[in-house]
Amino acid sequence: MSLLPGVRKRGFWLYLIPGLVLFTIIILVPLIWNIYLSFTSYRGIRPPEFIGLDNWAKLMGDDKFWVSFQNSVAMIVAMVVVPTLAGLVLAALLFDLVGKKFGGRLASFLRATYYLPQILPVAIAAIVIGWILRPENGALNTVLETIGLGSLQHNWLGSPDTALASVMVVMVWVQIGYPVVIFMAALQRVDPELYEAAELDGANWFQRFTSITVSIIRPEIYVVVLTATIAALKVFGPIYALTRGGPGNSTIVPSYYSYSEFFQSQQVGYGATIATALTVVVVAITIIFILAQNRAERLENER
Amino acid sequence: MTSTMQRPSTGSGNDGSGNDGSGNDGSGNDGSGSGRSGNDRPSTGSGNARLKPHRQKPRRTVGDWILLIAVIVVAVLVAVPFLIILVNSFKSPSDYANGGPLSLPTNIYLDGIASFWQRVNFPEKLWNSFFISGTVAVFAVIVSVFNAYAIGIGRVKGRVWVLVLFMIANTLPQEAMLYPLYFMFKQVGLYDNVWSVIIIFTVVQSAFGTYLLSAVFGTFPKEIIEAASLDGANRWQILRRVVVPISRPTLSVLLIFFFIWTWNEFLIPLTFLVSNANQTVPVAITALQGDRLMDVTTTSASALLGLIPTLIFFLIFQRTLTRGITAGSTK
Repeated sequence: MSLLPGVRKRGFWLYLIPGLVLFTIIILVPLIWNIYLSFTSYRGIRPPEFIGLDNWAKLMGDDKFWVSFQNSVAMIVAMVVVPTLAGLVLAALLFDLVGKKFGGRLASFLRATYYLPQILPVAIAAIVIGWILRPENGALNTVLETIGLGSLQHNWLGSPDTALASVMVVMVWVQIGYPVVIFMAALQRVDPELYEAAELDGANWFQRFTSITVSIIRPEIYVVVLTATIAALKVFGPIYALTRGGPGNSTIVPSYYSYSEFFQSQQVGYGATIATALTVVVVAITIIFILAQNRAERLENER
Repeated sequence: MTSTMQRPSTGSGNDGSGNDGSGNDGSGNDGSGSGRSGNDRPSTGSGNARLKPHRQKPRRTVGDWILLIAVIVVAVLVAVPFLIILVNSFKSPSDYANGGPLSLPTNIYLDGIASFWQRVNFPEKLWNSFFISGTVAVFAVIVSVFNAYAIGIGRVKGRVWVLVLFMIANTLPQEAMLYPLYFMFKQVGLYDNVWSVIIIFTVVQSAFGTYLLSAVFGTFPKEIIEAASLDGANRWQILRRVVVPISRPTLSVLLIFFFIWTWNEFLIPLTFLVSNANQTVPVAITALQGDRLMDVTTTSASALLGLIPTLIFFLIFQRTLTRGITAGSTK
């Protein structure tokens, strides 16, 4: 039944046609085409030549590919693990302590400050931090020299030992505000009476935090972890702007690897294989998360 | 009623002033939040939890001050990069060399900003970004409304599958479509043309918009549509005269979001807009990083020019944005 009495449902399909046609041309066809290209040898000029699973076999033994996924794990640490844990603590402190004892306005102001890097185009955010980390006359190195720690000066983004860590710092800075904003909105749902009761029962702040706060805002934690994990797997702009995957392969990520195979090495078939592998991982993680979330909800309801 | 997108939270208006009134001298509480509405259930059980005889006015202990300082330090760390870029964009290179990155400029030097402005032809890049983001926002909202009308109000057959399709599309990495799209747009002659980017993002954004609006339209007050239908309005008239006007607040939030998201996009504009005259602000600025001709303060100025437009959007739309961010997290 449509919401419209007396109007037949089928007529509504007309409204779906433009959207579905566009979706098919821009998303569906390219997606399937890209999967097909992963089974071909294709250098962008002569037509693709079917080679079966050769690209996939090559992928399994490609160290650079596995390094790129290791770096994705580092991105997940920087964009999911650190911001979510820090965001939980910061949101609870802003809501519980700052909002109640120092005023809601100060809490809102601090929240907006944390969120500031999130609004930038991520490539620009990377350039901001990249400027501070520049090797010669960069802000960080100059400050280190001024305070007598000149020996710690470093080519932060240009040396293999610190490049990945520097990119991770950029991503923590970009991402920290997102969980804070969402968790603070979620905390509005927490019934203050629960806290009072727990306080009377002698629970300290940390116990109340883990047993009440975290369990009540669990849906939001799932959402933050899922969306940030997907974003971490897709990171491209900061890598392109700061390191182009280097030095060596120390900061290569799957999306940059496939981009460089497409447009720099002209190995389109292999680039498509990397992109397909990334897609499979992203979709699989999404499905696992949603299943886990539904399970958690079911268990919650059964209690 | 701008809150169609807002999560249905309980205890609305409670934003953190947990004072219990008695003996509160008002210190620190700026009157926000005016208590908790709707949360005061009648006490159950023995009720001793409700008596709270020992509750005093919020007193700030030493520990509270230490924690406050800690959260402020984090905020300062987040804000410092912005301030450093701001300060150094107005310095001459020699001023920078003498005073270091943390000093204030000795005199306001605008050559860095001016030279980068001209170098990238900044007004042109601003216009490109505006044109692309604005057009995408309008088109994507229109497509989302059509889709959601069929799904949320028309409840067409197979709507669940259509929604699942759109939802999966939201999570796909753009690399998975990149090369075929590049090939297709080259074939039709739209490569290196802003319309290629406009078409792609109209579809990408409307996948999210459909998902969200379908949920909103699904809860549309039935009586209103029925009344219009009894008055003899057909499907198109109901959409134009009833559904769109009533959901305008939600649509404007979507419009703002699509605009900013498209503005911030990087991979697709980078791939499709290769010539200088077509580039967007983030792409043009990134392209010049590492350029040997740019001295240290000009590079800082380039970052400043990149972040100013989004900072302006943030200031204009701050309320809408915070509301929308939390809406995005609603399942």
